[in-house]
Formats: sequence, C-alpha cells, structure tokens
Amino acid sequence: MRVPMKWLREFVDYKGSAEEFAEKLTMSGSSVEAVEYVGRDIKNVVIGEVLEVKKHPQAEKLLVTRVNTGNRVLTIITGAQNIKEGDKVVVALPGATIEGGKEIKVQNLRGIESEGMLCSARELGLDDHGLPEDMKNGLLVLPKDAPVGKDIKEYIDLEDAVVEFELTPNRGDCFSIIGIAREASATFDIPLKAPFSITAERRQINEIPGKVRVTVEAPDLCRRYIARIIEDVKIEPSPLWMQRRLQLCGIRPINNIVDITNYVMLELGQPLHAFDYDKLAGSSIIVRRGKKGEKLITLDGKEREITEDTLVIADEKGPVALAGVMGGENSEVTESTRTVLLESANFLGSNIRRTAKRLGARTDASMRYEKGIDPNLAEIAAERACELVEKLGAGRVVKEYADVYPEPVLPKKLELRVEKINELLGTDISKECMVDILRRLGMGTEDEGGRTFVVVPTYRLDIAQLADIAEEIARIYGYDNLPSTLPGHITTLGLLNEGQKLEDEIKATLTDLGFSEIYTYSFISPSAFDRLKAPMGHEVRRAVKLMNPLGEDHSVMRTTLLEGILQVVKFNLNQKQERIRIFEVGKVFLPKALPLTELPNERKVLGLALCDEKQDFYHLKEAVEVLFSKLKIKNYRFEPDLHFALHPGRTARISVDGQVLGHMGEIHPDVMENYDIQDERIYVAELDLELLIDRAAKEIKYQPLPKFPAAERDVALVVKEDVAAGSIMEAMEELGGELLEKVELFDIYRGEQIPKGCKSLAFSLTYRAKDRTLTDEEINEMHAKIVQEVINRFEGRLRE
Amino acid sequence: MKEELLALKEEALRCVEKSEDIKELNDFRVKFLGKKGRLTAILRGMASLSPEERPVIGKLANEIKEELEQKFSEKASELKEIAKNARLQQEKIDVTIPSKIFVGHKHPLTLVLDEIKHIFLGLGYEVVEGPEVELDYYNFEALNIPKDHPARDMQDTFYITEEILLRTHTSPVQIRTMERRKPPIKVIVPGRVYRTDEVDATHSPVFHQVEGLVVGKGVTMADLKGTLITFVKTFYGQERRVRFRPSYFPFTEPSAEMDISCVACDGKGCRVCSYTGWLEILGCGMVHPNVLRNCGYDPEEFSGFAFGMGIERVAMLKYGINDMRLFFENDLRFLEQF
Repeated sequence: MRVPMKWLREFVDYKGSAEEFAEKLTMSGSSVEAVEYVGRDIKNVVIGEVLEVKKHPQAEKLLVTRVNTGNRVLTIITGAQNIKEGDKVVVALPGATIEGGKEIKVQNLRGIESEGMLCSARELGLDDHGLPEDMKNGLLVLPKDAPVGKDIKEYIDLEDAVVEFELTPNRGDCFSIIGIAREASATFDIPLKAPFSITAERRQINEIPGKVRVTVEAPDLCRRYIARIIEDVKIEPSPLWMQRRLQLCGIRPINNIVDITNYVMLELGQPLHAFDYDKLAGSSIIVRRGKKGEKLITLDGKEREITEDTLVIADEKGPVALAGVMGGENSEVTESTRTVLLESANFLGSNIRRTAKRLGARTDASMRYEKGIDPNLAEIAAERACELVEKLGAGRVVKEYADVYPEPVLPKKLELRVEKINELLGTDISKECMVDILRRLGMGTEDEGGRTFVVVPTYRLDIAQLADIAEEIARIYGYDNLPSTLPGHITTLGLLNEGQKLEDEIKATLTDLGFSEIYTYSFISPSAFDRLKAPMGHEVRRAVKLMNPLGEDHSVMRTTLLEGILQVVKFNLNQKQERIRIFEVGKVFLPKALPLTELPNERKVLGLALCDEKQDFYHLKEAVEVLFSKLKIKNYRFEPDLHFALHPGRTARISVDGQVLGHMGEIHPDVMENYDIQDERIYVAELDLELLIDRAAKEIKYQPLPKFPAAERDVALVVKEDVAAGSIMEAMEELGGELLEKVELFDIYRGEQIPKGCKSLAFSLTYRAKDRTLTDEEINEMHAKIVQEVINRFEGRLRE
Repeated sequence: MKEELLALKEEALRCVEKSEDIKELNDFRVKFLGKKGRLTAILRGMASLSPEERPVIGKLANEIKEELEQKFSEKASELKEIAKNARLQQEKIDVTIPSKIFVGHKHPLTLVLDEIKHIFLGLGYEVVEGPEVELDYYNFEALNIPKDHPARDMQDTFYITEEILLRTHTSPVQIRTMERRKPPIKVIVPGRVYRTDEVDATHSPVFHQVEGLVVGKGVTMADLKGTLITFVKTFYGQERRVRFRPSYFPFTEPSAEMDISCVACDGKGCRVCSYTGWLEILGCGMVHPNVLRNCGYDPEEFSGFAFGMGIERVAMLKYGINDMRLFFENDLRFLEQF
C-alpha cells in the first residue's frame, strides 16, 4: 500500500517528517518498506499562458511561441503541435530542472533564442495514460482556469513523499488512506480530520423505482449491495491532481468515472465498480452464483469460465461482472457512456479469494475483499464517489438509491479485563492508561454493572477477543516498553533424548573420519530412478508426487539419498576435487499407499559416499564399522548381495541381529555412465538411521576383567577365491564356542606357492576360559578340531 | 702373587680403556672378574700362601676387584651414554614435514542449529521433531488459518493432495506437541520446511526453521521478550541491540517481529540491512487462544509463547554468506570452511 503524505494529511494533522512517520508507524505495527520522494527534481517550472503561436521561419516542424509567465513574457520554441493561443501550458524557465534532473537553458534554435521549454506530462514525471492522445504526443495543456505564474508543483502536488507499507492480511482496514490515517492518529495521538461530510440517509430498499432493481440471490456471499445511478455522464480525463494521486499509488488513470471509483477505493478501502447502465439488460442487477457453462469476457479482454462457486453480477441476460474481481467488457464504461450504475458492495472474502486465485486475477478490488471489509463502509464510499462526481462535473447523481443490506453490522462490545490483559503481557498497566490507548484507537469504552466494555468499531474486523484487545494495548503502549523476564516458574529439564544424542554422535564421528556433511533437496526428479537403474515396479520407485512442483526435476519426494549424493559427488568432481568423502542425514518418504490417503512413512536415512583414487570399498566399510563401534553395536554382518545401483561383485547387505539396515558398495558402471562420470569409482552406503540408532547399545554393563591367561594360535588356510573370509570367521566362532574369545584375519596372500584362483587367509585365534587356565593339550585339541572342520566345510587346505 | 695381581690389574685397566662398545666391555669383565675369570683363578692359589701373607694378599685382591668393578661400571655408563647419543643423532627426523590429516566438516546449517539447540537446552528446552509431509489441518487449520484465509498467501504451499502438503513452517509441531503432552511445555522444533519459491540468492524451495514453544500457567509476553533477548545476546553477542515490532501471524496474538541491530554495520546502516540499521530475524508472539482451544487447552488457564526463525538466515548473518544456494550446492570448498 502506497500512501502519498499530502493525501494522508487531509485526514490527519501530522506535521512531522516522512521518516519519523515511517519509523513510528513501523513500531506501532504498520511496517514501512520504503519512503520514496517524488518531484524533487522539478524546479522553476511555472504555469504560462500562450499569447502567440507562429511557425519558425527556418524550420517547418518547430513553433515559436510567446508565453506569459506572470512577470515576464518569454519566447519559447517547441516541436509540439497541440497548442493554440490562450492555452495554459507548463513552462520550464531558463535554469529550471525537469524530471530526471535535466537542466533547461536558453538555447539558440535555428537563429531564434528559446528562453526555456514547454513541458509534456512525462517531463514532469506524470503518467500520461489518462490524457487525450494529442497531449500524450505533445504538450500538457492545463485547464483554462490554471493561474498564470504559479509554480506547477503547487498546482498539481508534484512534490511529495510516498510511504510504502507492507501491511499484514489481518488489517484489511489499513489498505486505504483513511486506514493509515487512523493508525497515525493512534500512534501520534493526534486527531483525525474529516475532509468531506457524508450526509446519506439510511435506506433499505432494493430498487430505484423505474430505473433499477437489485436482487441478491446469494446473501451468504453478498452482505450488502448498493446501486447508485449517475445520469448525464460526460466521460473525460479526470483532473490532473486526481490522476497524480492515482499514479503515486500505482494505479493508471483512465477516465473521470473510473478514476473516481479507484480514488475512493484508495481513499476509503471500498472497491467500487461502474457499469454502463444502458448496457444492462432489463435494468436489473442480480447478485448470484454462476451457472455451469457461463462465460464472461472481462475488462482485460480475457474470456473467463464461470463456475457454480463464482459469485457474479448479472443482468437479465447473463453475467456482467465477476463480483469483487473484475467487470465485464459487455458493461464497460466507455466514452459513449451516458448513464452509469455505480456499485458499492460487500462480498464474502473467502469466495472472492477463491475466484481470483482460480482465474489468476488478483486485482486491487479482490485483494481488498479477501481481507475483509466493513459492510458499513459501502454507503460512505458510494456517497463519497457521488460527491466527487458532482465536484468534477462528471454527471448528475440520482438522489434515490438501492441498498440491500438485510443484516446490518453493529459495533462489537468486548469486556476490558484489565487484570487478564496485564497477566498476558506481564505488565502492570493501569485501567486509565488502557482506556486512553483505546480512545486513541477510536475505541470507546462503556461501564456497565461494574464491568467495562470496549466498543469495537465495525471496521476492525480483526478484533474478536481479549488477546486482540491486549495486542492493541501492547502495540500502542510500545512493545519496547514491555518488561523482559524469563519464565522462571516453568521448570523443565533441557535434555536431548538418546536418539538425538546418537545422531549428533554419528555426525561427529563421520566428520572425524573425514566425511563432510551435505544437505540436498528432499524432492528429486522421477528420472533419478532410471539413472539409478531401479527396476520397474521396484518399491524405490513408489514416490510421493507433488501436485504443483517447481519443475519436473523437483517433482517427487525422495525414497533414497543416492540421487542427491551422486549429484553432489559429480558436482565436486567437476570442481576438480580429488578426495570426496561426504555424508547426508536426511529423510526419505515411503508412502503406505499411492495416491496418499495418509501421511507417508518418513525415515531418517544416513548416506555415505567416497570417491578418492587412493581409497576403496574397504575404506568405506571401515567408516561404517567405526560407526558400529561408536554405537557399541556388535552383532553386525556384511554379506554379499545385489543392489540395482551397485557393482554386483562389490555389494554388501548390512544387518544387525538379522535386521537389514541397508547396503553399501561400488556404484555400478552403468549408473556411473548415466550420471556421466568417467574414470572414477564411487563407493556408497545407505543405512536406515533410525534402525541404526535403535540397535545401538543404550546401556553399558561392566564385564569383569579376565582372571586367567589367554593363548593364541595362528592358522593359514588356502581356499578358493570366492570363499568369503567372513564366512570362515563365523564358522570358527561358531565352532569355538565360549572358549574362543576372538578371531582375527591378519593376512591375505596370493602369489607364489598359492595356486591360481586361490588365496591364503591367515587367522589368529585367541582362546580363554573364564574359570581356569586352559592347558596346552586342551587348546591344541580344540584348535585342531576347528581347523579341520573349517577345511572340510570350505574345501580348503592348510598352507605349508 | 702380588705381582701377578698387579699385572692383572694393569692389563684389565688397559682392556677397559680400549673397549669400544658395551659388549666388548662385558666380555672383558667376564674374562677378568667373572666366576671363572682370571682374578678368581689367581685367588685359587691363595691356599699355598703363608698365613701372614694371606690377609695382605686377600686385602689387595679385594681392593683390586673393587677398583676394577668401579672402572668397568664407569666405562659401561660412558659407553651407554655414547651409544644413546649416537642413536639420538641418528634418529633425527624432519619435524617440518606436514601431516596428512583429512577431517570432515559439519554443514554450516548443522553448526548453527547445534549452537541454537545448545542455548535452549541450557534454558530447559527439549528438542522435538515432526513430519515434513503434513496434513493441511496441522499446517494451517489448527493454527487458525482456515481454507481461503488470506494468510495462506504468506506461505506458498506445495500440495500432494487436497489435504496433504509439504509443511510450510515448523509450527504444526506446536499443535502435535500440545496434543501429545500436558503443560508445562518447553520445546524447540528444528526442521526442514518447503515453500514454492523459485531459487535465487535469498530464496530456496527447501529451507530450515527452528521453532520454540512454551506453554504453562502464567506465561507472559514479557517472558517471551526476556527469552529471546537472552538467546540473541548469547548467540550474536552481548552488544547486540534488539527491538520488537508488532506484526501478524494467525497463530499468535499479540504477534511480534524481532529485529537485531545489524551485525555487519552495528546499526549504522549498510547494504546488509537495507540501510535501516536493523535485521529482521524472527517472528514470535503469544499462542493464539484459538490455537490453545484447538489443542484442548483453556486459554483462561494456560498461556504460552512461540517463536520461529529461519536457520539459513541465521547462518548467512553469522558467517557472512550472501547466497542461499551455497547451502544446497555442497561445494566441498564451501563446506570445508566450517
């Protein structure tokens, strides 16, 4: 909302600077975005009267004029053609500056001195949209009564400060000059002024006999409808001062009638609409819901579909306007309009919002209706518009008017509970002080039976309960004047739960291991599943789809972190990074049914990736095992498995106590190709973080230190290449039972003395009993038994 | 025999003298002083001596033995010292060679959140989380934002179905927490949120917030102010100035926005603060009575405050980052600075 200070000052007696105004209103709740100063460039530009116009003897396209500027008559040359003797024009005197700061000097044009310049609208910083064609192409010609010699800035208020507010949607009443004036009045405690008087008589009649009949068929969507008739209309440009004000508020001038409706909307906040009365079939206005199949070409030339949820204004033939949004071309006010029907109505905000949104037509009117408007304003605005029509000589207002307002809204009364308000704010504000603040806000108070009630003006639609009154009092009292305390009486423990602690621990461990944390978007492209080679019908493809994504690339909720992680690896490879170790902790979204009927299962997942010439599968595995160790998880297994995105010979399924946590492995070469990554190997792991945390040992139980000595025995076995070391170790552990304390793999050898296709694995086995020292014989016997059984099971042999 | 002993002593001393390492010295020691050594051999002849000579020779032999033991021991220390010095000399390394450490880095958003969490844990808050795919009810309706309410425009929403959406703020967790627990409640809610904003230097369709909620008996707006001032001064430094401006959020009343004096110019006015001297950092307010009622709390009995801030914004101000895209691009050269 843009507010020109000079317009504002018609409503409130504010004498300070625009800066102070902006600062104080921001602090009382009307946030100011910017203060813009306009017209500062324009200096020494006055009104002149053209005394004589002649052709330039040396140049066909130039005119030589004699212009009276009050105390001097100047000779000025102009290239424009739209002036004649007696016209009032705008003269930039020698030494003047015009919009943009350009300086005007005495200049010799083809042998004649030009003592200044005659100005066009644009040279004054004016929008010429509402001016006649000849003025758009030529000079600005002022009305006959413009006073010669007067500074143009005083004549049209060219110089002003425009304060731009960023208003909150709860304060629809502030989207107007009068609304901001009311805020200023409360903030500075200065009186409001009434720049015009409204003396309308309350009527409750649905027709102007013989002229128009108003029928509201949808009273739930239209609380009030006022129709006024203006006859003998003369369509012409509105006066410059009005055009200027509209323009400063960001609205283009069109013609006197339309400009008046916009002017009143800006001034009072009530949208108005002007129909060409003669184009309304049957002289009737019907406010009703749309009918299926109905269409309307709106003022912007677009054909709009009307639904049964669309509130329309119709005549006997069909819709003539989308209520509260935009008028129809079929009833538009044009130069030939002779009679105008002026609508000042109150439509239901939520319905207007829905229609405007559906049609992509957020207009100044719909934006105001959405936020809610006081129904009592309709009458005042209609009256103000009629007053302006007469003041501008744009037509003759018919005194009678139609007003359908079945349920008039009266001011609300809310109890002023001083103690409760102080309790909420943590203050000790006296009742007198509260009553005074309310007075500044235009809210009276009434005492009744020992209680005090606040009378809430009907334009304050946002005030419904005690908390709202408390806010009003607090903001005028000043938020900065409220005390600051801590809620010391609310004693609670500030603790992280186990899962949160472990998640922090996991992140800390991974960073210690050289992994850096990444954050990627939660939505990905559905083509990611193709890149990752996920088979058709695989559950990873069952992704939640957005209805209104920013684009196909961000249209489904991820079911895996792999896409994000691989994109980040690729991005960093492109930045010539040679050692990439990254991790992400993020949610994946697993729907229970598609389309969603309930919220999906959101799982926190840990993704790891490593891409470094000097590192391989086992470096990543080491990191995962360090995590297990940190979380005190013991019974984990890495087993060969297959995964669509991974190298079939380098994939491990990771499980703990039989529960699968996820997979790790090397990215499949086909996937590498799909991501367009060459000459690299990437190792990844993806684990369900919640299961991981779930499996972590939450308690530590002390185990007594061993009392009896341990004995070690080594064995080297030659087995076929495809025998997994892990299987042998598991077998040893199973065979060794309680007495076998530990098995370690300490060497893997291939080469001389080992047949091709085989490998030698050297293990160290530690034996210990809890209750005695094991004898050599016992140990040797057990060791031999284990070795023999392993050799049998895995078809190996001892290495000599 | 006396001559014999003296000759042995002379020879032994010469041997000690010429010993070059500890092994050679030990060999000589065994040779002269060992159980089967030459001194023992000489002393065996003592039996043939006269009773007068015996104590004299015996005394001499003991003196010589002691003297030699002494010499051997001295020489041994000397040789050990030499050997140790030689080793130390030899083991010299180049301490200037850099090590090959390679540590990872937490994401700046995690770092900032950790710090925020830390402060509020100290003030007695718990950390709770909630779903990112959320029901319209929790994201809007229960927060006093009915369908077709203009406040929905403040948050452009990604929808999945008519009733299911990506949460636009962490505030739905307020409702979920109040539904699940009984007062007193003191929680912060960090989390990921979504809005249909096109990506640019200051917008991202995915970003993060941390929300705070306190509900109990007699919780006041002054408590809200005090809490946030404590947080700001701890996080941004004691010298930061703070101001509260009235604002509007459908789920709080009264509502406020908190500004801090610009961290870049200290309030003098610069590009970072659009020459206002102030930075808007969080929205807050007293929990709206309708919200309390929606959760089954009686606003006559309980009151509360809530606040919420964008973690990206906090991180940008803290680290002087000027482009939000950096957080999601994950350039290691960026991440490794934190």
